[in-house]
Amino acid sequence: MKKNLTAWLCLLPAIIFLGVFMVYPLVDVLIYSFEEGYNFASQTSFGTGTYNYSYVLHDPYFIQALKNTFIIVIITVPLSTGIALLISLLLSNIKALRDFFQTVYFLPYVTNTLAVGLVFMILFKKTAYSDGLVSLLIQFFGGPSVDFIDGPYWAKMFVMCFYTIWIVMPFKILILTSALASVNPMYYKAALVDATPKWRIFFKITLPMISPMVFYLVITGFIGAFKAYSDEVALFGTDLNAAGMNTIVGYVYDMLYGNSGGYPSYASAAALILFAIVFTITTINLMVSKKTVYYQ
Amino acid sequence: MKIVLEHLTKKFPGISKKDKSEVIAVNDFNFEIPDGKLIGLLGPSGCGKSTALNLICGLEKPTNGRIIFGDLDVTGLPPENRGVGLVFQNYALYPHLTVYDNIKFPLENLRGKDKLTKEQMDAKIQEVAKLVQIENLLERRPSEMSGGQQQRVAIARALVKRPQVLLLDEPLSNLDARLRLQTREELKRIQQETGITTVFVTHDQEEAMSISDTIVVMKDGVLQQMGEPQSIYDEPINLFVASFLGTPQINVFDGYIKDGGVYIGEAKVLDAKGQPDGDVSVAIRPEGFVLDSNGPLECEFVTREVMGRDTSFVAKHDKFRGEKLRAIIPSEEIYDGKDGKVRFSLKPSKVHIFDGKTDERIKL
Repeated sequence: MKKNLTAWLCLLPAIIFLGVFMVYPLVDVLIYSFEEGYNFASQTSFGTGTYNYSYVLHDPYFIQALKNTFIIVIITVPLSTGIALLISLLLSNIKALRDFFQTVYFLPYVTNTLAVGLVFMILFKKTAYSDGLVSLLIQFFGGPSVDFIDGPYWAKMFVMCFYTIWIVMPFKILILTSALASVNPMYYKAALVDATPKWRIFFKITLPMISPMVFYLVITGFIGAFKAYSDEVALFGTDLNAAGMNTIVGYVYDMLYGNSGGYPSYASAAALILFAIVFTITTINLMVSKKTVYYQ
Repeated sequence: MKIVLEHLTKKFPGISKKDKSEVIAVNDFNFEIPDGKLIGLLGPSGCGKSTALNLICGLEKPTNGRIIFGDLDVTGLPPENRGVGLVFQNYALYPHLTVYDNIKFPLENLRGKDKLTKEQMDAKIQEVAKLVQIENLLERRPSEMSGGQQQRVAIARALVKRPQVLLLDEPLSNLDARLRLQTREELKRIQQETGITTVFVTHDQEEAMSISDTIVVMKDGVLQQMGEPQSIYDEPINLFVASFLGTPQINVFDGYIKDGGVYIGEAKVLDAKGQPDGDVSVAIRPEGFVLDSNGPLECEFVTREVMGRDTSFVAKHDKFRGEKLRAIIPSEEIYDGKDGKVRFSLKPSKVHIFDGKTDERIKL
């Protein structure tokens, strides 16, 4: 018993911290989400029920945010992981200028999001003075003038995905290059003596060996993409609903503090829906990984 | 398949920043490995024996010289076209694959006319698994097996595509002592059953002696001596080979030749008629000592280790190079050890004389 007491005492700071900043808010969010018409000022509600969920799920802005989030997730997670893997492979196969390229690829990671957003504006935004660099390029090759920031939905989504991939890439490259470097070269020698084709070495040896890291990146990639918000603001400004580029987290924020703000119940419901989605996807990921990921 | 190495040389560029000079890992190797023999490449760590193996295998390109398999010059061929099987020191079994899939791996790489059906692959895998006696382990992962079992799997994987040459890099060094004994017999058996020309690298002279048909002794990238184990042991051409082979190690004394006799200190231990005077090293195998109260070599007695079949005498002598010398004497011989001295006479065939400067052997 005394031993246990010491242990609990040691854990106490962490427990208090987690309790105040994690457990209590979570429970609170859960309660909010079932309290209909909760009012911050008077701390009262009309009653309990599932109306908040029903409202959120029927809100066209939420549907739009849900759609946007899913498109971003489905496009950016596989693409960014795949491209990062390709770049890491190339990096680990070159000797000259390797450090240089590693630094170049890592730059976005240390660059301020909003600064990067500004660069993307220059690349993509159509202003009174210029069409934006990319649009000019398209026109040079005979295409139409496209406004990527205030123009058609697909153009905005393209910029959004491009930006997201670009911004998450450095971390993935960093992780994957170190994972590749940790594969014992003796396996490659053995494969070489056995006349193994290059593609087979990659799929049968390299990929299984680094699979735990790839899996880690896919899981965190999914979760990160589902939580996308700040990147959207950097590109399209704070009124994401007007731009049609809102995400679930953006919707939650708007419901709390945005122009349509002051609805903690709706925000809580939306947040819990997001939680349910992320939870489901991660569970599926874990189930898939049991069959495909090899842990040494 | 016969393997011929001609003037084989491998130089590595210096790595350290201060010293850019080249490292010569293998220096002008010339030897022929007869078909179907088991060859042990023996030498201390860093003597270039693994490099020599990598050259034969093709993982390294020689700086100079040629490698010939049978009638075919393979010097420029990449490893996959040489038809070699290689067993790594750490086995290099793919940890995420089962034993079965590990052995199947090289077979699945076969293309074109060599491509095998599933049934053919399975037959080959079963056959080789039987040869190395791992039939009941095929579904396991490498991590679920002992070192000896992993070693067998590695050999099976190297053998399954029927290589013309089997190369083993320190095949036994990761096994414990008992397993090592067992596995080396196993190696010998597998080699004899398959008749594949086999080259293995080791730093353990006992291992090399016990299973090789021929031993190649290396030092600092230079081939020292090549021959049958017993003949190298009996007729070492220089002091290095004499000291490297045999346990306990050969006992080396500072000596000299004067007036047709070999002396250690004041004691004349051997005749050396017709040899010029000069400093020599006198190397005596532990079994070359005979207890003899009238013997010429007087040593200070330290201790005696009884080993049953024979007794190991540990003694000191001021001309001995090293701390204590060791003599192996049959147990039935009696020694009283009263005055703290022990006297030996020597068996001439177990004593080798080496030139004091060049360390080359002087034949008496």
